[in-house]
Amino acid sequence: MASISLECVSKYFAEGVAAVRDVQLEIAHGELLVLVGPSGSGKSTVLRLIAGLDAPTSGRILIDREDVTAVPPQHRDLAMVFQSYALYPHKTVRENLAFGLQMRHVETAQIDERVQDVAKVLGIEMLLDRRPSALSGGQRQRVALGRAIVRNPKAFLLDEPLSNLDPVLRVETRMELALLHRRLESTMVYVTHDQEEAMTLGSRIAVMHDGALEQVAAPMDLYDRPANTFVAGFIGSPAMNIWPGTIVSAGGRLSLRVNGFQWDDLAVGDLDRDRVLVGIRPHDVDLAPTDGGDGTGRVEVVEPLGPTTLLHVRVEGSDSRVRIVIAANTRVVAGDRIGFRPRRERLHWFDDQSGRRLAAE
Amino acid sequence: MRRVTEITGGRQMQRTEARLGWAMALPALSVIALVAIGPILWAIWESLHLHDLRMPWLGRRFIGAQNYIEAFSDSRFWDAIGHTVVFAAASVTIELVVGLALAMAVDSMTRGRGVVRTAMLLPWAVPTVVVGLVWRFMFETPGGLVNTILVRAGVTAPPIWFADPVAAWVPVILADVWKTAPFVAILLLAGLQVIDTSLYEAAQIDGASSWQQFTRITLPLLRPALLVALIFRTVDAFRVFDVIYVMTGGGPGTATEPIALYTFSALLENLRFGFGSALSVIIFTVTFVLALVAIRLMGRRALLEPMS
Amino acid sequence: MSRRILRPWAIALLIAAILFPLYWAVISSLTPESERFGLSNLLPTRLVSDHYRAVFTERGLGTAVRNSIVVAGLTTLVSVPVGALCAYALARLHFRFRTLVLTSILAISMFPQISIVSPLYLLLRELRLIDTYGGLVLPYLTFAMPLTIWLLVGFFRQLPRELEEAALMDGASRLRTLWTIVLPLSWPGLATTAILTFLYCWNEFLFALCFTLGPERYTVPVAIALFRGQYQVPWGQILAGALIATVPVAALIFVAQRRIVAGLTSGAVKG
Repeated sequence: MASISLECVSKYFAEGVAAVRDVQLEIAHGELLVLVGPSGSGKSTVLRLIAGLDAPTSGRILIDREDVTAVPPQHRDLAMVFQSYALYPHKTVRENLAFGLQMRHVETAQIDERVQDVAKVLGIEMLLDRRPSALSGGQRQRVALGRAIVRNPKAFLLDEPLSNLDPVLRVETRMELALLHRRLESTMVYVTHDQEEAMTLGSRIAVMHDGALEQVAAPMDLYDRPANTFVAGFIGSPAMNIWPGTIVSAGGRLSLRVNGFQWDDLAVGDLDRDRVLVGIRPHDVDLAPTDGGDGTGRVEVVEPLGPTTLLHVRVEGSDSRVRIVIAANTRVVAGDRIGFRPRRERLHWFDDQSGRRLAAE
Repeated sequence: MRRVTEITGGRQMQRTEARLGWAMALPALSVIALVAIGPILWAIWESLHLHDLRMPWLGRRFIGAQNYIEAFSDSRFWDAIGHTVVFAAASVTIELVVGLALAMAVDSMTRGRGVVRTAMLLPWAVPTVVVGLVWRFMFETPGGLVNTILVRAGVTAPPIWFADPVAAWVPVILADVWKTAPFVAILLLAGLQVIDTSLYEAAQIDGASSWQQFTRITLPLLRPALLVALIFRTVDAFRVFDVIYVMTGGGPGTATEPIALYTFSALLENLRFGFGSALSVIIFTVTFVLALVAIRLMGRRALLEPMS
Repeated sequence: MSRRILRPWAIALLIAAILFPLYWAVISSLTPESERFGLSNLLPTRLVSDHYRAVFTERGLGTAVRNSIVVAGLTTLVSVPVGALCAYALARLHFRFRTLVLTSILAISMFPQISIVSPLYLLLRELRLIDTYGGLVLPYLTFAMPLTIWLLVGFFRQLPRELEEAALMDGASRLRTLWTIVLPLSWPGLATTAILTFLYCWNEFLFALCFTLGPERYTVPVAIALFRGQYQVPWGQILAGALIATVPVAALIFVAQRRIVAGLTSGAVKG
């Protein structure tokens, strides 16, 4: 298993379009790193650059500390699982699995043995003599995985491997992938647009947006300390409430006017500015009596989510909304007038120009 | 500040791929250079010389543009050009109209498309020589099918087609149209089939007549396909040789001689290679210019769709 | 216009109109010389095969058929593999001037054949290839190579790119990928290309006329164009020969109609 590094990697396409901008990324030996971001964020491009399927415009790519930027994909000893699986339609499952080993001139006997082993691990032995067209989506996915595993590569690259599966199968396979990773102790780079998938799978997550890396951190760090408003809004579902606020200083205490209500006596610390962006997650907002909370509003939509319920509330005195998540057994219906109170210790502060996280005491 | 002169790793990989690409393309490109590009360049060179194989003792003298001057002052040359233009204009127009009508007829069929398509491919697949001979047979006088029918229909003195400098064009053009209109239809059919039927339905609801639907919906959406058909057929019509050689031999006299046939006769009947080469170059230039105009008109988009 | 359903009789009429000249040729070729040119022949009562026999015994059309098969076959055999290699590079690999090369190939396919007859003649004479098989295959490559390249680029591009990428990741070189993945999967396209190339070669007239000297090496189109009669035009034999020339291409069309149309319309090939 190998470590992978990207040093200042950029990829520009002919028309000046930047797909990837100055990405600096270290993936440790044996780590499962998830690349997550909306479509067009450049995450798939980064994966393809690591694979060697595209060449970077500038920067270096290192595998096990060796510069492989000029090395074509067939010599990088990486395995890739494609979103569409890309199984060879004219070959049987067995031949699909064996192909990579044949390319590396492994002896036939050894190939057969390894193919058999991997098929057993993935539970596809009975499919070995079938063609891909005779397999279901889930089975094809396993064969795609098997094709990668059997080669014992330096690292695995997975490009949205679960997005073509139905939701139930997706969750199941997600868990299997996690187990597989633990078992193989392999380096994996996993691309997805689903932030939930990212949070559950990755030991570290790299959030990408518009070709740039926004933040690379462990899941809970991303959740608790997002580096900017993009990460804050992208990670965590339902999305964080982010409001513009004005800081007013009166008599030594600082007040924050936000979204139709005001907090006084706020410990805003060293914030030497009068405008700021404030974030609070829906889970961190409590319901309060209409006269006792920080703000009041009218419930517009009630979305039952199972164990919790999501409320979309229109704030009185402004035309913005707040998302609040409450326990499912709380009795609230659309049209109700409610009060709410965000938990002050869970507030996030961001610079109103750059969106970057501000440290606050 | 350090000038960045090193080759980045990424660029290196691209170079390797480029080298492989050229290597793979080289055999084919060499062949093409040998049998197509080389000869054209040679023809240009030849055209500047006097080279008459009937009089080899004259050698191969450089005479500059004399062959061209001779060509441009030759009435037979201009006649040939005129014939070619007339033929091209008439054939292509009729082919497009008939082809379009045919395509629309087939488009409205729901069953039996395959059978009709096979029938339509047949004229195109038949060797041009055969086409010429069959149509000549039908227009042959005396006693050819066409004249027999005309006489039966009451025409007392049907034209002696191949003896008349103007009437001779009729079978020639008909033969060419018969061969290519179905093919044009197939090209246009492909274009018609991608037109969304809901457009017509919406137009019908809005009260548009069939003619209006045709001119406002069908024609505009078919423009790319029509353009492709127009261009390729025009270029082909300019190169016409087979069908006329076999049907009229350029006659009567030289009344139906297109420029390709005139060149052929100069080269292989009179063995005037220098002069014939000049004619060749002239034809080539005209076709080349047409092709460039065509490619420009089609837009690099439509052209390069097979690649991207 | 809305899709009106064309009645079966209209369809039949359409097909009949298109194929009539061929029908007439067939009938006439089976009519004895004495009964030529009568309208009564539209629905003949007597059919004879004299002309067909004569064409082979007296005119040696068999030799011409053999020549056509060899020349068309050899040309196809050369141009398809070489063209496939080039087409793959043009379809999938990135190199500068790729666009220029493709445009040039298209432009070359529009060369007027007559324009290169004289230099080719001189070249073939130098190489002593006049009136030989090689002397026809070489000129035929002028149109066969651009044709195969153009068609195959279109077919190769239709394959999902990810299959080739998977093969690369699996350790196959580009050439290996072409051989083990791309070619097997594009055999319909290869077949169509081969068929169309063969067809164009079979039908070719000008080069065959110019570069062969005698009946020993004539191809079928040349042979039948040069049938000469002593007193009158031997239409029966000419038509018989013409139809023999048509049979192989008709067969190919019947077999591969759908593929041919797909190949021609997707590859934007001209007539």
